[in-house]
Amino acid sequence: MSGQLIPDPGAPLTPSGNLRRRQLVSRAAEVAATVAAVAAIAVLAIVIWTVASRGIKTIDLAFIFTGYPTGVGPMLLGTFVISLVATLIAMPIGVLIALFLTEYAGARGVHSMKLILDLLNGLPSIVLGVFVFALLVDHKQQSAFAAAVALAIIELPLIARGSQEVLLLVPKGLREASDALGVARWRSVLTVVLPTALGGVVTATVLAVARAAGETAPLILASSVFDPKHFSVNPFEALPNVPVWIYKLSEEGNPEGFNEAWGMSLLLVSLILFASLGARALLARSKRKLSS
Amino acid sequence: MSTAAPSAARAGARAGRMSPLRKRLDLVGDRALFGICALAALIAAATIVLVGYQVVHGAQPALSKFGFAFVYETTWQPNFGEFGAGTLLFGTAVTSAFALLLGAPIAIAIGLFLTLLAPRGVSGVIGPLVELLAAIPSVILGFWGLLVLAPFVQAHVEPFLHDTLGGFLPIFGAPQTTGLSIFTASLILTIMVLPIIASITRDLFQSVPRDLQDGASALGATRWEVVRGIVLPTTSTGVVAACILGLGRALGEAIAVSQVIGAGSAIQLNLFKPGDTLASRIASQFPGALTELHKASLYYCALILMVISLVANLAASWIGRRFSYSGAVNW
Repeated sequence: MSGQLIPDPGAPLTPSGNLRRRQLVSRAAEVAATVAAVAAIAVLAIVIWTVASRGIKTIDLAFIFTGYPTGVGPMLLGTFVISLVATLIAMPIGVLIALFLTEYAGARGVHSMKLILDLLNGLPSIVLGVFVFALLVDHKQQSAFAAAVALAIIELPLIARGSQEVLLLVPKGLREASDALGVARWRSVLTVVLPTALGGVVTATVLAVARAAGETAPLILASSVFDPKHFSVNPFEALPNVPVWIYKLSEEGNPEGFNEAWGMSLLLVSLILFASLGARALLARSKRKLSS
Repeated sequence: MSTAAPSAARAGARAGRMSPLRKRLDLVGDRALFGICALAALIAAATIVLVGYQVVHGAQPALSKFGFAFVYETTWQPNFGEFGAGTLLFGTAVTSAFALLLGAPIAIAIGLFLTLLAPRGVSGVIGPLVELLAAIPSVILGFWGLLVLAPFVQAHVEPFLHDTLGGFLPIFGAPQTTGLSIFTASLILTIMVLPIIASITRDLFQSVPRDLQDGASALGATRWEVVRGIVLPTTSTGVVAACILGLGRALGEAIAVSQVIGAGSAIQLNLFKPGDTLASRIASQFPGALTELHKASLYYCALILMVISLVANLAASWIGRRFSYSGAVNW
């Protein structure tokens, strides 16, 4: 009897038997989860390191500012133009959708609108490429505008969703103050709500552009037959652009071309990573500011 | 979200002091703003319908010539006008399933690591870094896969798997010379689905009530038992929805896959042989399509892809709404 109540003073303090097994399993699971996270970071590091170490050798001023064969200036300019046109199309529509969601839509409207945005977001980019080909290119000619429409469809749900999140954070007090002063709804939206959320809306847009700028699939159908020596900003012709050029060089299998492709990859990746990292930091800051 | 009371008060206050012109302007302004907002929403809805219409319209010749048989027919001979997407559907299914089988457990583990294990500072750094993986353009990931991953896989991974498991698993057959294979494409897709599933599941796991976890811990559950008994069961439907979203991403990836899959044209059991998927076939053959029928068949492939992606997204959203108490999947 008493042996059960008084613990054995000589017993080891470390767990044994079933508890020991359970703790080992738990420990193993923790290690596995940590390894998974480290592996993902390692893949990111390897990809970026490869691109950086191989790309840096090719990049100099001439590479950035001259045309083929010494540089990729036309491609950079074309990608800039295409992204700009896409954003000019997607940003107003996206912000208006976000306003519709936060200001006007009822519960059902919000729900179906979100579903529509989710479906748009889920469409494979190659399907969008086929779509703009059928709509704007077939029986006509390739154009940067067609490519921009496809990219705009990619950006649209991202901008709408990001803007909506920020708009929801605009303090209720501001709106109510505006209401109390007898300001009409449209005036308070345009002069109080939107300006307050502007920072967040812009960063959401930057994130969307960073996501769309590297898209290749639609551009292969919409803006792939171009002259790599030709500097142009005319959106109604096929413009040289970075993603398609990297794709072409990678298909050609020529070592010189590979170097050029690494150089362009480094430029594109660093632009995209800096833009999305910067935008993320700003977005987090403006969200904190709004919700505090 | 204005209520009736303030607007009534507003109307009363306004009646006395505001000029009729301003009142009329406000009336027009309110309606106009609502109008253009609703128009924008309508444009988004119309875009989906228009995409569907254009793709079906483009596929019309192939639809009427091959009918539903196109989906399982395996011949693809542009020169003879014979098309079937069977091989492509097989390649799409195998690469996506492989990517999900490998990627989902890793991604869920990352989600658990970020919410339960990592200190705040660490998860604040690692979380965004994992999401950056999704920011790398697919063409660059594919280019890296072509020049770095494929040779490595061909030289080390394929012989190893063939020697150790190839004896009883025919999917790990004899390695090929290039490393461009269904296997390499699956690895690239794995990298692409990781950040999607990881970030959604992280949000899900964060939504699990702290009380439940603390209660389990207080009863003596180890960390793993809390995960098994509390965290995973409460979020399981959301995790499934996240996996479906990842699957949708993998199914539709065209560029990176076409760079590393090697454009094979037969159904092979051996994962180390080249293959092709619906999306990558469109990307590689559409610009140089030989005939109208060839083009229409590629439209048909796009139609299949579109239907699959719509179904996957609807399913994910339905699951998210129907079963999960958390808004993480469905916003």
